[in-house]
Amino acid sequence: MEAATSTRTPGVSQPADLWPGAVQPTASPEPAKPPAILVRALVKTYGPVEALRGLDLEVEPGAFLTIFGPNGAGKTTLMKVLATLTRPTEGSALVCGHDVVREARAVRERVGVISHNTYLYAQLTALENLEFYARMYRVRDGRKRALALLSKMDLAKRMHDRVATYSRGMQQRLSVARALLHDPQVLLLDEPYTGLDQHAAKVLAEVLLELRDGNRTVIMTTHNLEEGLAGCDRAAILVDGQLVYDTQVKGIEVSSFRDTYFHCVRGELGQA
Amino acid sequence: MDLERKRLGVATGTLVIITFSLVLVALTAALVLAPRELQMGDIQRLFYFHMPSAWIALGPAFTVVFALSIAYLVTGKLKYDRWAAASAEIGVIFTTVTLLTGPLWAKPVWGVYWTWEPRLTTTLVLWFIYVGYLLLRAIAGEGPRRARLSAVYGIVGWIDVPIVFLSIWLWRTLHPRLLTGSGFSMDSRMLAALMVSLVAFTLLYVCLLVLRARTLAVEATLSGLRAEIRRRNRRGGGS
Amino acid sequence: MAFFSQAWTIARKDLLTELRGASTIISMVLLGLLVVLVFNFGADPGVESAALARSGVLWAAFLFSGVIAVGRSFASEREAGCLDGLLLCPVDRALIYLGKLIGNFILVFATGVVILLFFTVIYNVSLGLGWLGILLLLVLASVGLATLGTLFAAVAAGVRARDALLTVFIFPLLVPLVIAAAHTSTLLLDGKGLGAAGFWPWLLVVYDAIFLAVSFMVFDFVVED
Repeated sequence: MEAATSTRTPGVSQPADLWPGAVQPTASPEPAKPPAILVRALVKTYGPVEALRGLDLEVEPGAFLTIFGPNGAGKTTLMKVLATLTRPTEGSALVCGHDVVREARAVRERVGVISHNTYLYAQLTALENLEFYARMYRVRDGRKRALALLSKMDLAKRMHDRVATYSRGMQQRLSVARALLHDPQVLLLDEPYTGLDQHAAKVLAEVLLELRDGNRTVIMTTHNLEEGLAGCDRAAILVDGQLVYDTQVKGIEVSSFRDTYFHCVRGELGQA
Repeated sequence: MDLERKRLGVATGTLVIITFSLVLVALTAALVLAPRELQMGDIQRLFYFHMPSAWIALGPAFTVVFALSIAYLVTGKLKYDRWAAASAEIGVIFTTVTLLTGPLWAKPVWGVYWTWEPRLTTTLVLWFIYVGYLLLRAIAGEGPRRARLSAVYGIVGWIDVPIVFLSIWLWRTLHPRLLTGSGFSMDSRMLAALMVSLVAFTLLYVCLLVLRARTLAVEATLSGLRAEIRRRNRRGGGS
Repeated sequence: MAFFSQAWTIARKDLLTELRGASTIISMVLLGLLVVLVFNFGADPGVESAALARSGVLWAAFLFSGVIAVGRSFASEREAGCLDGLLLCPVDRALIYLGKLIGNFILVFATGVVILLFFTVIYNVSLGLGWLGILLLLVLASVGLATLGTLFAAVAAGVRARDALLTVFIFPLLVPLVIAAAHTSTLLLDGKGLGAAGFWPWLLVVYDAIFLAVSFMVFDFVVED
């Protein structure tokens, strides 16, 4: 089984030789604080299917990493491992210094997840949903926090309405509120823009911008290049369970990144 | 798993041959050599197949499923799950045989097909439980999830069986209606035939188990290869 | 009691969802009553059927409606990926099981009481003090059904199985529960006290205890991915 990259320096993975016009990766600054995410040789197999094949990843606190990749690349699997929803077959993953298997509870306390699933109970009202999760996360003054988030997400007027009556955009906003209830240090967003209209997508992008306070780490997966590149400071490409590309985003043009992306997806880098 | 190897290994081959021979011997003993029972006639010979089947069904087959289910949950090795599945499949076969031969034999002897005899009734409940197990496996897809769910079912099911037997037995002692036991006395030749049959069936179970587990292992390897091919096609085909 | 408060939060959430959804509770209760009704038509209207036959009807109704209830407890989690939402919370899996179990127990027991009331009317049963006994019996049976029911509802949810399949999985495992409950209720319906039932209620207690313990131990494996 060939591998595109073997041992790499943490934080940066790049093709052995680039073709003209490809985006030049720059080395990431040396991490000053312990990494928010530290993944080593992560392998995840579901029976015969290898979703992740020996992944290495390091993300420093406060970073915003977007992971691009086609369907089936393993993006959701990676998110699930980091969220402790599934266990690694081999290798290790540490979130905020806690092992996802041995210290799962500590990881869950620090991680918030936003995905195309809303995790909302349709028969309960927005406020009831938030209060429920506040209790599950043991948030102090849960009701107060829920109310604050509801007004921040501009849902206060309809907080006593059942979620079943909400539009998709409103549900997504509520889902964001849910993820922020326990003030997580790490936010995992798995294809969050799926099914959102222009307005809702814009609101989400704004919220994400607000969340960048230097301490909170955000990892987002998407297969939409425009939305993904906006606002992040690091971009990586995941193909067939391996990270084949990783770069800082400053100064990058979308079009050249797009070329890089399609080249990565079409074949292993470093080969003809 | 070496798919190139087309023959069975030496050990497996020997097992098959010994089993085959012993089954032939048992058949001969049961159908020819054992004496004809005075009152029941030849139909009594069914007992040589009924009782060993019941023994396999109520004993080793599903106990193995239980033990391997625990082994799987503890170690996560799919090998245990495969062997558990094989044992359950064969167990269901033996259970079915028990349930078919029981009434077939009971009707001419006692005049009724079914007597709610505790062991037979427990076997019937057992049949439902493990058919349920196979049904669960059939719809659960494949891989670790199917293994985990089946393992849980295999564990709970096995723990339930003694309780089922106890409750049926207690229920029956409240409403005694005779018809327990084999209903006939056995002379030494019949006993011998029964013993041979018992050993033959046990060996048959082991032999089938080994062969079936082997087949399941091959299937698993094939599955992995297919997934790998799909993955490569996807990559080669672009975007 | 912080330990239990989270479990109770889950139970409350389940009950609230079911009550607002309403269709499940209504169909549960109606099914139970219909079973009692339909079985009754099989018997001769003038003849008083044997206590054991009546018991059988009662527990058949209880089981069918109960399985629907426990099936729903994870079906509602399937929407919007809510089970994952729960698993993301820093809560022990055992607590999640406990919470669901409590919710299911309440639903099953409440429905059982309604069925029992209907049953006593249809069969002209007067119980007097026997009510205490039969309610206690209902509690024990509900615990048993809720315990294995919650566990296997999680299993069934994992494979997207329908109610019918869940019934197939659970019923054979419930045989001891049915036998013990039916025998005890027969004696109670005949006017004898709980004491006359001898070991049957104890069998139920042992059954409940064993499967509670086992379910707690294996639930983790059912919900993990």
